[in-house]
Order: sequence, then C-alpha cells, then structure tokens
Amino acid sequence: MAHVIPYIAAIQEAIREEMERDERVLYFGQNMATSPDDPFLKQFGPARVRVTPISETAEIGMATGAAMAGFRPVVELYMAEFLLVAADQVVNEGSRFHFMSKGAVTVPMVLVAGYGFTYGWAGQHTGSIYGMFMGVPGLRVAMPSTPADAKGLMTTAIRDDNPVLFFHHYLLALTEGEVPDGEYAVPFGVADVKRSGSDVTVVATGNTVHSALAAAETLAERGVSAEVIDPRTIAPLDVDTILGSVARTGHLVVVDQATRHASAAAVIAAEVAQKGFSSLQAPISLVTALDSSIAYAEPVESFVLPDEHKIVAAVGETLGLAPLPG
Amino acid sequence: MATGYPTDDGALEAPAPERLVWMYTQMYRIREFEERVKSTFTAHPGVIRGHTHLADGAEGSIVGSIAALAPGDQILTSYRCHGYPIALGTDTKAMMAEIYGRSTGLCGGLGGSMHLFDPARGFLGGSGIVAQHLPHAAGAAWAAQIRGAGQAVVCFFGDGASKQGAFHESLNIASLWKLPVVYVMENNHYQASTRSDQEDANAAAGEPLAVKATAYSMVGITVDGTDPVAVHATVAAALARARAGEGPTLVESLVYRLSAHGNLIAPPGVPLHYPEHEAVAIFGNQAEYEAALRGDPVPRFRHRLVTDGVLDALDADALEATVREEIDEAERFALESPLPAPDSGLAYVYA
Ligand SMILES: Cc1ncc(C[n+]2csc(CCOP(=O)(O)OP(=O)(O)O)c2C)c(N)n1
Ligand SMILES: [Mg+2]
Repeated sequence: MAHVIPYIAAIQEAIREEMERDERVLYFGQNMATSPDDPFLKQFGPARVRVTPISETAEIGMATGAAMAGFRPVVELYMAEFLLVAADQVVNEGSRFHFMSKGAVTVPMVLVAGYGFTYGWAGQHTGSIYGMFMGVPGLRVAMPSTPADAKGLMTTAIRDDNPVLFFHHYLLALTEGEVPDGEYAVPFGVADVKRSGSDVTVVATGNTVHSALAAAETLAERGVSAEVIDPRTIAPLDVDTILGSVARTGHLVVVDQATRHASAAAVIAAEVAQKGFSSLQAPISLVTALDSSIAYAEPVESFVLPDEHKIVAAVGETLGLAPLPG
Repeated sequence: MATGYPTDDGALEAPAPERLVWMYTQMYRIREFEERVKSTFTAHPGVIRGHTHLADGAEGSIVGSIAALAPGDQILTSYRCHGYPIALGTDTKAMMAEIYGRSTGLCGGLGGSMHLFDPARGFLGGSGIVAQHLPHAAGAAWAAQIRGAGQAVVCFFGDGASKQGAFHESLNIASLWKLPVVYVMENNHYQASTRSDQEDANAAAGEPLAVKATAYSMVGITVDGTDPVAVHATVAAALARARAGEGPTLVESLVYRLSAHGNLIAPPGVPLHYPEHEAVAIFGNQAEYEAALRGDPVPRFRHRLVTDGVLDALDADALEATVREEIDEAERFALESPLPAPDSGLAYVYA
C-alpha cells in the first residue's frame, strides 16, 4: 500500500519511522523542536530531539562524536551552504575515521541539507554543492528526486554505517507523490530508470530529473525516445546502469544543476567516456549551470540554469537532428 | 548596564538638536521603506523573491550607530541590511529597485535584499551566512589600522551569530591586534524561531550577551537599542577607543524585531507573505509581542523629541510627509524599472 505525501514530508516520515525502530537515532538542528508542540519532541522526548544553537561546526562535530559513541545522529541543516562553515567536520573528520582506525571506528551519521533554491534566494543560498563531496572517500551522497526515493534513501541513510550527506532539492519540497507505507528502503548505488527509451540516455539528478522527464515528453512528440536515468546516489555512483543504457542508445546527455566543472555530470561523463567509449556514437553532452553565481533577479537566475529546453536542444544536437523550434 | 570595563561615554557630547532631528528622520525613512517592502508582498505579489528580512524595531540602534561614524569609516552587516545604507545616504530608489530585482538596482538585481553593497558610502555589504562577515570586519579594521588615518569599522550582526566560531575567532584576533572595530550585536532575543535562552549559555544563565567580550579581554557593553541617543553615546565612545588604538568593543544593543524573522520560506507556487512574529506563532506569547509593539522606538523617539521641544509636531508631520513621498517615488521607480538582461551577470563572475 502507498500514500500520497509531499517530498519534504516523506523525508520526515523516514526519520520518524527509523526513530521508532531504533532508539539510537537522534535528531537535532537549528530552529526545530523549539516549542513543546513539536511532533518529534512530543514523540521522542528532549533527549533524542534537540534544538541547537547556530553552530554547524559543533552540530556536525557532535554528531560525529555521538556516532562514534554508538548513536546514529541525524543533523537537520536546512540549507546546504550552512554546512560549509563546518567543512572540516564534513570532509576531513568523520569520513576519515573508519579508514584511519583500520575499521575500529564507525561514524553512522546523516547530514540533511536542502539545496538548489533557485527561486530568488540569490548568491549564497542557491548552490548545488553536492559534487564537491562525491570525491571524498568515506562519504556517501544521496539526492532523491521523488517523495518515494526521499523516504527510501533516508531510511537507508540512517541505517548506513558511514557519514551520509542527504541532499534534498528545495524546489521539490512540496511536490507530492506516492510513498510506500511502512518500512521502505532504497539501496544506495542503484540508479532508477525514470523513463525507458531507446535513442538517447539522459542522466539527471534532483530537480533536473523532472526537467529531463519533461524534455523526454517533448522529444517523444518529435519521435525521439529518451531514457531518463536518476542515479539517486552519486556516491556510490551506479555507473553500470548508465553504461548499460548507453550500450543500447549510443548517446548520452548528462544534466546537472551545478556549475559545469563542479558537477556530478562531469564525473559521470568521464566514467562513460572511459568505460563506454565504444558504445558512443556521438560526443557526450553536458547540460549544466553556466559557471556563474546565481543572481537574485529571475531572468539572470534562469539564464544560467539547465532547463527542459536546453535538454531538448542538447539531445537534438547529440542525435544530429535539425534544430527544432522551441 | 555595563559589563567588562567601564566606559568613558560621559565625556562625549550629546547630539545637537538638528542632529536629533536628522536621527529621527533616518529612523522614519527606514521604517517607511521597510513598511513598503513588506506591503509589496501583498500589493505586488511575485515582485519580491527569495528571502527578505526587516529591521523594524532596530531603527534606533541602526541610526544611533551610524550617527557616530566619521567620514572614511566602514560598516559590514548581516542579511538584515536595509536600514544602514538608508542612514548612510544610499539612494532609496536604487535600493528598492534592487529588492525588486531590477536593472536599475543598487547591484543591478544580482544581489537582492540580503546582499546590498555601497562601498562608496563605506558599506562593504550584507552577508547571508550567519557571522561570516565578522572576520571581514576585522580585516577591514586591520586595513584601517595599516592606513593609520584614524578610521574605524562597525560590524552589525544578530545575537544568534555569537554562537558561530567566526564570532569568537574574530573577537579574539581583533582584541589581540587592537583593531579599530566596533562589533554591534543587535540582540532581538530570537534567532529565527529560537529564543535566545534556548541557544545561548549566557542568556540561559540570565546574563547579558555582552559578557562574551570578557573572554577576549575587550570591552563589552549592553545598551538599550531602542534609544538612539544611548546607542549613539555608546558606539561613539567605542569608536573613540578604537581610533585611539585601544582596540575593539562588543556593544550588545537590545532591540525587538517587530516583524517575523523573514517572509515565508516556500517553493514556487506558494505566495510569499510575512507570517506572525515567532513569539506569537511558535510560543503563543501575545503579551511579549504586544509589549514590544508598545515600545516601538520610532513613535517613541518622535514623542520624546516633541516633548523635549526639539521637534515641533507640525514639523514632524511635514518631514514624515516628505519621507512618504520619497518612498512612494522609490516604489514607483522600482516598479517601472526594467528587469536586468538575462546575461547581465556573466560580466561580473570575475573581476
Ligand atoms: C551559518 C548559517 N547557519 C544558518 C543560517 C540560517 N539563518 C539565517 S538567519 C538565522 C538567524 C540568525 O539570528 P541572529 O543572528 O540573531 O540574527 P537576526 O536574524 O535575529 O537579526 C539563521 C539561523 C545561516 N544563514 N547561516
Ligand atoms: Mg536575533
């Protein structure tokens, strides 16, 4: 059985259900659980659910410490950029401890961070910064595009014995979708084919999955069959599913809201260029944000971002189609 | 109330009557400007995007501080940054146009409400990441120290910001290097929807937040931030010490923000508006909020100036009418201005 809830509620549902199953799960962060009416506070009490000061270094560092001491902390960070003030705690502490201790220590923590709020949030609150973490050994990076994946990936994130960065897309927050009832886990490192197709493989993450699906719809009207793949986690990255698709389609377009050289798209393209070169009938095309900060004003903001039309155009170019209007 | 070291603010002259009227005018301009920003959410839905933070309730603190500056001084602020440039003389038309995301905006629509900059008037900008501008202020103060021309820097931030490492690192180095900087913490008792006593060890212990200065062997003072004259005296004394090479000061300015932290945070499709203040919306504390409204520093300062015979009531009405015309004009200008060209940002990625 399934129920229909918004993406953001699906994340909360997974956290709540895991807290019910495992009392080692802690949930804390800023501006949450400040009043006794808070549902998490009511259900799980003030020892496991806490509001923290604006102190990301301490919040993430304490999660690391509590994780080493046997708990499974979930840190609510709201906007992804806020964890940058604690960059050391994210990339150079907990993520290294399992390795440096030859497996003696584990750091099972989840950092929940929203990203990509390209809706007038301007230069410092709109980043798509996940790409910079996918190369950090010891870190896992999940980025769901649907409510069901949001729930399933959060369940897996909490159960994982490694630090997990859980990046949810702000523009998807209220998007509704079917979510399985009860226990539901989506494994890490397993891409999902969001739409099957035979002419071109389009790989996309987060909100761009929806742009890619819209583009696939437009392309279908023009007789082009696009397969849309969502890796769902970029660390680990399911290269095999992408290679299998490219082996059938011969064409690859990779979409990413991040700036080109900081994108997961560039890494995916490199993997396919090396391992799937013989399948490719045309150069891989990247549809990413332009290498610019995000502006406040709408026309300047949308100009630098990937969208449905840019994906349609890139597919057309890859397939050598005559430029299509619109 | 003073903590840390005693100050010598008794030695400072109180502002002259014309200066007091100037201060009231600036407070009223800030209030009217921000009321217009707020009403834009309902009058012109969709014109303001993203997140906008108002300083209503802090006008006395802002203007009292800015009034203490000398030419060549510089300021840095958080995202709650509309009031300071207004008092510094930045064109309100360009400011409103920036908040409306227009090409005629102060930053061409690239920055928006949280990121106003006007370096020509000494405003080095508003930062959106809590407390990260505190080290920038120390750096600007170091530059002033090297220049040796007696200039100083004032850095404005919230109570919540004092929970960041950047706050503590900056105060330590500023005190160690005797940097000419005044750190003005506008303590409005909330960081978004968290009360100070829920996140601050000093507040929970019933102490003023100014005691944090003691840890860095610098002066820490708490002042009534709703009283622009008191703020002026305190910040002027702190600036005098800074210019004299006696190092930084932490001024805790007690204010109450009269609006919610910011407009509603919502994805596309949901109309933005200003929700109720967190005291009411989260904590059900109507009494606290109403008391703050009764203490509104803008009408209070007007009343004081009129009662003291500094400002004639009719003159006050007249200056307020002039300000409203200015803000009408700012709104009209911003609404009529074009949106920026889509590729207009690319020229500014690199210097
Ligand atoms: C490092 C960081 N963490 C969290 C946030 C989100 N945030 C924006 S404003 C704010 C509250 C800050 O409170 P305070 O410093 O008291 O300033 P006020 O808004 O009350 O003026 C928070 C938590 C942020 N912008 N930066
Ligand atoms: Mg505050």
